[in-house]
Order: sequence, then structure tokens, then C-alpha cells
Amino acid sequence: MDTKENIILCSLFDLRGKENCMMENFKVIDNYLMVRMPEEIDHHKSSYISENADRFIVQEKVDHVVFDFENTKFMDSSGIGIILGRYKKIACFGGKVFAINADNRIRHLLMISGLHKIVEIME
Amino acid sequence: MKNEMKMEFDAISANEAFARVAVAAFVSELDPTLEEVSDIKTAVSEAVTNAIIHGYDGIEGGKVNIRCLIEQDVLHVEVMDKGNGIEDIEKAMEPLFTTKPELNRSGMGFPFMEAFMDDLEVLSVVGEGTTIIMKKKIGCIPWIEDEE
Repeated sequence: MDTKENIILCSLFDLRGKENCMMENFKVIDNYLMVRMPEEIDHHKSSYISENADRFIVQEKVDHVVFDFENTKFMDSSGIGIILGRYKKIACFGGKVFAINADNRIRHLLMISGLHKIVEIME
Repeated sequence: MKNEMKMEFDAISANEAFARVAVAAFVSELDPTLEEVSDIKTAVSEAVTNAIIHGYDGIEGGKVNIRCLIEQDVLHVEVMDKGNGIEDIEKAMEPLFTTKPELNRSGMGFPFMEAFMDDLEVLSVVGEGTTIIMKKKIGCIPWIEDEE
């Protein structure tokens, strides 16, 4: 990843809005879709994330998806399903999936599910 | 030390968070580490989610039962549903196997339960329901360090 991309990724997440507005958790910058993941990611929360992300992927024609785990304190396999599902949608067009601000717990979950092979985990 | 807890709730996804937090709160008397609490919450979340979306196909009206038992420093958790049951348990437990890919399921539910608990047992009868029995020793030092 080059520096320009890094700057985009870093600066974007300084523009945080309020957590309670769901649509603010999705932002398109250039051809990147940025998804701010909620505090708890489970099956109950996963469909709104998947559906909205897919809408942006189709309508805004983004190539890459970045998942920001900064606020996330809990995740189960539904989070893996969200990432895997988005990867399948964009990978055939050469898109990439990134995970940022993932703590050790989330990194461990990505590891044991083998997702670290398809998701670029960044600081 | 012995302590038991039972609960029953509607099989709806809004109760997933409630179920895992309730079990985590129950086990707090064993003074688990934050990591152990996360392990238990993840495993309970997987089992309850499975009961709701696979046991009852996401249709409301079913009930999920959880029974927790603390014996010495071991937590036993049983998650029961009276739903569809599992035809092929061995296949269901394979990593990445899922019967509901359209729902963005990852097929990692059982592998996560196995990874985060010390023991996992699956009892299921087709048409009658499924019981997941998990055990975890709290406060033990792992024998093998996690590989990085």
C-alpha cells in the first residue's frame, strides 16, 4: 500500500460522526468504501451492515472495502460472514478488503477463520 | 463450589446479546479474565445464533433454553432448542460449511465454539431439536501458548 492510500485511510477516520446515526458508518472516498463497524458485531447487527455495504458497492461502484474495528468490543462469526461476503462481491473485479484498528481479539478471529489470507490487516 | 442457572427466551436475534451477557455475568463469580469472558461470550453467541437461524429457520415462536452450571472452576453451558435438528453433525461442524450462505453465514460457528471452549458436544435429533454442551475451565494457564 502506498503512502497516498495510507493518508486517505487515516484522515477519513478523523471525520467521525455520531455512532447512533447508522448511515454515517458508511462513507465512500474515491473508490474505497469505508465501513465503521459497531461496538458489537453479531447476527442481529450483521444484516444492516451487509445490506448497506452491498448497496454502496453496487451504486457507488467502489473497488475496495475497508472495515474499521476501532469501536468494536465484541465480534462472533457473523463478522467473518460480513467480511467474506463483501470479499466475494468485489474480489472478482480485483477489489481488496482491508481491516483497520483491529485489536488482538479480532486479529485472532480473522486468523483462526483463515481470513488473514484475503484481508489486509493494517494498523 | 456449585451454582446453577436456567433461562428461557424467545428465539429472536435481538436476544443474542442478552444471552451472551447473561452467561458472562453468571460466570463472573469465578473471576474470569477478560479474555475468558470474551471466549464465553463468543461461544454462547454462536450457539444461540445457530439455534435461532438454523434450529428455527429464523421463524419466531420458538424458545431457546440455556442452562449453566458452575462446578468448582468449570463452567458448563447447555444451549437447547426444539427446532429442526441437524442431519449430519460431522458435516455441520466442518469449518466453512454452511447451509445458509445467502444469509452471509461464514460456516465458522462450530469452529469458534471449539476454539474458545475446552469441550464441545453436539446432541441432535432431526425434527426434535439440538443441544449444545460446552465446558470451559476458568482460571487455568493454557498448556500451549497461542501461535502467533
